Amino acid sequence: MNKIIRYVFADLLKNRTIVIYTLLLFTLSISIFNMESSSEKGLVSLMNIILFVVPLVSIIFSSIYLYNSAEFINLLVSQPLQRQKIWCSLFIGLASAMCISFLLGVGIPTLLFEASLSGLTLIGSGLFLSIIFVSVAMLISVWIRDKSKGIGLAILLWLYFALLFDALVLFFLFQFSDYPIENAMVAISMLNPIDICRIFMLLQVDLSAMMGYTGAIFRDFFGTGTGMAITAIIMALWAIIPVALSIRYFKKKDL
Amino acid sequence: MINIQHISKKFGKFQVLKDINLNLNGGECIALIGPNGSGKTTLIKAILGMVVPSKGQILFNGHDIHNQWAYRNEIGYMPQIGQYPENMTIGQVFDLMKDIRKMPEDKLDYELYHSFGIPELLNKRMGTLSGGTRQKVSACLAFLFSPKALVLDEPTAGLDPLSTEILKEKIKKEIGKNKLIIISSHVLSDLDDMVSQIIYIQEGNLLFHKSLNQLKEDTGADKLSKAIAQIMSASQHKKEI
Amino acid sequence: MCLLVSSGMTYAATITVGKDRPIQSINKAIQMAQDGDSILVEAGYYDEGNIRVDKKLAIIGINKPVIDGKKKTEPFSIRSPYVLIQGFVIKSSGHSAMNDIAGVKIYNTHHVTVKDNVLEDNFFGIYAQNSKHCQFINNKLQAYGKAEQLIGNGIHGWKSDSLTIQGNIIKGHRDGIYLEFVTHTQVENNLSDSNLRYGLHFMFSHDNSYIHNTFRANGAGVAVMYTNRVTMKHNVFEENWGDAAYGLLLKDISDSEITNNRFDRNTTAIFMEGSNRCHLEHNEFMGNGWALKVQASCMDNTFFHNNFFQNTFDVATNGSLSLNTFKKNYWDKYEGYDIDRDGVGDIPYRPVSLFSMLVERYPTAMILFRSFMVTLFDRTERLIPSLTPESLKDDQPLMKSVKV
Repeated sequence: MNKIIRYVFADLLKNRTIVIYTLLLFTLSISIFNMESSSEKGLVSLMNIILFVVPLVSIIFSSIYLYNSAEFINLLVSQPLQRQKIWCSLFIGLASAMCISFLLGVGIPTLLFEASLSGLTLIGSGLFLSIIFVSVAMLISVWIRDKSKGIGLAILLWLYFALLFDALVLFFLFQFSDYPIENAMVAISMLNPIDICRIFMLLQVDLSAMMGYTGAIFRDFFGTGTGMAITAIIMALWAIIPVALSIRYFKKKDL
Repeated sequence: MINIQHISKKFGKFQVLKDINLNLNGGECIALIGPNGSGKTTLIKAILGMVVPSKGQILFNGHDIHNQWAYRNEIGYMPQIGQYPENMTIGQVFDLMKDIRKMPEDKLDYELYHSFGIPELLNKRMGTLSGGTRQKVSACLAFLFSPKALVLDEPTAGLDPLSTEILKEKIKKEIGKNKLIIISSHVLSDLDDMVSQIIYIQEGNLLFHKSLNQLKEDTGADKLSKAIAQIMSASQHKKEI
Repeated sequence: MCLLVSSGMTYAATITVGKDRPIQSINKAIQMAQDGDSILVEAGYYDEGNIRVDKKLAIIGINKPVIDGKKKTEPFSIRSPYVLIQGFVIKSSGHSAMNDIAGVKIYNTHHVTVKDNVLEDNFFGIYAQNSKHCQFINNKLQAYGKAEQLIGNGIHGWKSDSLTIQGNIIKGHRDGIYLEFVTHTQVENNLSDSNLRYGLHFMFSHDNSYIHNTFRANGAGVAVMYTNRVTMKHNVFEENWGDAAYGLLLKDISDSEITNNRFDRNTTAIFMEGSNRCHLEHNEFMGNGWALKVQASCMDNTFFHNNFFQNTFDVATNGSLSLNTFKKNYWDKYEGYDIDRDGVGDIPYRPVSLFSMLVERYPTAMILFRSFMVTLFDRTERLIPSLTPESLKDDQPLMKSVKV
């Protein structure tokens, strides 16, 4: 298994998209930190970009990579290897490549300019999102055989998590604004890993506002040890469940 | 060596293989023949475990291959179109395969590797290779680990005549070592002097499995290609009736 | 007035109270003393019950003698003018729901000075009732209140005039400083920290000034109500967190000057309601949830030369009309340009975002803050204002922050 991870990983590190992605993140981070008047404000701008770009690149790049690796996967499957090991190796290779890109592109500048708890939260969020959206891409590519349909679905899913979900939440909020829905909101936000990361960042950079009445509910949940643990577990589930489903499917898939 | 029992395969509504039974043994060189889309590649992939049959089972050396993987150590597979990660060099692909098989260096069969001149190409990236060179790489990989069974899917497609000859010589040599060799091809003239048995598949049905001599006798043709042409036209004829 | 006290003392006798002295009780010393005398109290523990001061006396502790009310009585009750209480540890006054027992309570008099004392675990700290020209200087007040209704205020003034409250540190009381019907009073250089309710709380207390005080992390910040002509300068309001916590709550405050204050990391830095003709200048708003919440009931207030940095929301309002003036403030969220290089942005800044209006109506929507959708909404609204109050804008936003 290790050698396949190694090969996938080596292959990805030479991949032009990954290199460009890393450079893009790095340039963005450095220029934002230099442009904004304070590094905390820079962190907020960077957060907006990360919540947008990281899921997008992770899910679409991974899908394309997996579709393009179809023949390589075929080659491996015809070899004396366990299928789930092949698939896991691909996942680990992809996830670690995306994470390393992110660490180089965002992690290092953030640690240089704003090595605070908020900075670390941002880095943690980015890493989680990288892994989660690679995981979702694994599921897409194993479910949908057709490359263009698969990439289409990847884009749709990204749109859903990045934009549509929040619109639905807002709609829900308007509809039920007369009811005490704060706890429901916490539960609903768990359905979107981007939102979870965003709320965690809010609790860092908009702490004063989050100390208000409704904010307090989120703070009481996300800010406590139990809440943090639950959230971490849910984020981990977001990372594990799609890839676990994809492994189950891949074991039975005809290649 | 390979025992195929009542194998059927459906892709959605489309029945690709219908209740195929075959018994393939070492020392045989088998030509898998059939029109395009008849199910040859699916059958090969089923043997390799790449396609999971809807019904029936495949035994390799008496063991069901379902969800197994170790048996593939005994099989060398040359795919129809070998594609490899574009960024990897030929050398890396070989290293990867050797890593996977974990066979001691002195047991490896480098004959094709050298006759195809692979050592000079080791630093070339897979993405820059011609189709023919890729086929050479695939062929070398199939033979490298001296497997007991060789599954070659359209091995000569894309190869230049010289390389085709080299490959054919190698195949012939391997037959002598009591190996099972399965070749799917529609370039029948290539097969004439190698194969001992013919399996003919059409629309997922096994039409026959007989020795080359038997086939020639039955059809009265002296060449495999003629014999097959005769069968194809006959079945065409049958259909029209 | 101080001169009177000191000049009175020039001719006066001095009585020393101590464990090794003939006079071992402060009460006894007071009995013996005459107007204008001084009583020096040496270090030690004094269990005196209630000390009633009804003569013009300077009672001075040496090396912090301890006066213990044992949770039963009022340590000092002052009913005479020209009294000085200095250098004591005054602790454990009685608690009562009926009357307001304090560490030092001043009844209907004038010219009382309470100075350099440590007041610990009292119900009320220093309490001035119907008194004038009193000074409370450099005292340290610490209480351990658990609930608002079980603890009194640190420095409490009622129906008083011309008090000086200076250099005190007040912690753990209900309100740090509470003034009701108190006028012409100076509140300076105090620190009011971690009190259960308000750091500073006043009502109907006109013509007072509050300068160089720090109000930090009080349960509900600072709330001032029903008062005219307030001066607030160089104060620091920080870390007042909570939904009902305000750096500064201005309710029915008129004709006041609020300048050079710093509002740092409050949930709401200033909440204004029914307040008119207040002038806010050179204040700095930094890292607050809401820098300003100006309710529609406020009119003719002016906001000049203030700095707004890193606030989640700069200004929020509940109405569609604004009758207040914003001019030449620095807004770090301003994205305009300054082509003529005069230091003033060429397009107006609208400090009210659509989302802040939304959050006013649907507080739960806060969970969506900084999502792309919300950012998108806000950008659109800034280009084509439709829901945010048209008149609430700064026509001359500064390109660089103001020095304060």
